[in-house]
Amino acid sequence: MSAPTLAGLTGAALVGLGLYGLLVHPHPLRKLLGFNLLGSGVFLLFGIIARKGAAAGFAADPVPQAMVITGIVVAFCATALSVALLLRLFEAGGAATLRPDVGRDDSD
Amino acid sequence: MSVIQALDISLAVLVLAVAIWTIVSRDAFAAVVGYVAYGLLVSLVWVRLFAVDVALTEAAIGSGVTGVLLISAAVRLRGTEAAVAAEWPGAGSRVLAAALCMVVTAALAAVVLTMPDPGATLAPEAARHLAETELGNPVTAVLMAFRALDTLLEKVVLFLAVIGVWSLAADGNWGGIAGPRRATNRQGALAFLAQLLPPVGIVVAIHIVWIGANEPGGAFQGGAILAAMWMIVIMARLAEAPAIGERRLRLALVAGPAVFLAVGLMGFAVANAFLAYPAGLAKPLIVFVEVFMTLSIAVSLPMLVLGPPDRPSS
Repeated sequence: MSAPTLAGLTGAALVGLGLYGLLVHPHPLRKLLGFNLLGSGVFLLFGIIARKGAAAGFAADPVPQAMVITGIVVAFCATALSVALLLRLFEAGGAATLRPDVGRDDSD
Repeated sequence: MSVIQALDISLAVLVLAVAIWTIVSRDAFAAVVGYVAYGLLVSLVWVRLFAVDVALTEAAIGSGVTGVLLISAAVRLRGTEAAVAAEWPGAGSRVLAAALCMVVTAALAAVVLTMPDPGATLAPEAARHLAETELGNPVTAVLMAFRALDTLLEKVVLFLAVIGVWSLAADGNWGGIAGPRRATNRQGALAFLAQLLPPVGIVVAIHIVWIGANEPGGAFQGGAILAAMWMIVIMARLAEAPAIGERRLRLALVAGPAVFLAVGLMGFAVANAFLAYPAGLAKPLIVFVEVFMTLSIAVSLPMLVLGPPDRPSS
């Protein structure tokens, strides 16, 4: 099996793993980890598309690569904003939970 | 099976093992530490895909800066896991979720295995127009010329994320010093590293930005390294984090998108299109924009990691 196919299969497995963490874990920080795993799996799928698009003397198609670089930065922005929201939720309600009935009575 | 193939397979197994660890680990802190290791391993996979620019970005931002963000969040949220333990879905739902995820993985794997080789590609197009940008690195040419609009909008996203994080500050702390209050501990390994690393890191970062025009590297990767250097100095308490009301900080934050937008609008006048560069001036203009982008990235990332201010500025 070639290196790009192996990386593509790894990416496919990572998407499944990340999705599972995102769906099942009750803790928001663990959901974020799942979200990042899922994203990085999708990026790897872009990686195999780039590698299979090797042409014109380039070892990999530069267009998907540039999209992944942009994607990594945007994924980081989303993660940072989510972490800030999560920490604020924790400060306001004293618990890091997404259950709507917890921390409601707090005055903040 | 050759040695390289064996290494590829071990790398894939290692990546998946660490990824499983970040999902199944009981302790959030351990899971986050696993995620940092995972990011570094994935950047090795990117090297194997001959995407060195992506590997640098993944190592610097995907693993490094995201790692610092998640580790400090995990420390502050320590002890909250026991409270949500009761919220785990039942075994039936978990099996259902696992089955669904396996279907998604199987579908993607099928796509990977049936993908045509060589596949659809824009590489010849990029190669044909690379000379017009006077750049040697096709990825930088895509980021800064062919798909410059994506990069401009991404800089705006970065800026909006900073505004979003700051807006979570309590009213009384607006304009205050970014991030949580830290214990004053100037001793130890962190303080030592914070004095040792920045001189080297700053030189490496500038080098990576400068060679980005022709070799793997560029504003993203160099900016992330500069950001890491600033963060380690702040975390070791060798320097105070800036107040978010400071004018210099705010100018640095908008410099990247603003200069990029100005050069883009200038394209209407000198090259008949938004974000077009006049012939012969493409490379100097791109490097000019990248310098300001690097500054904005180097300032935005620490602001996102530090979080909203939780005290007024003195």
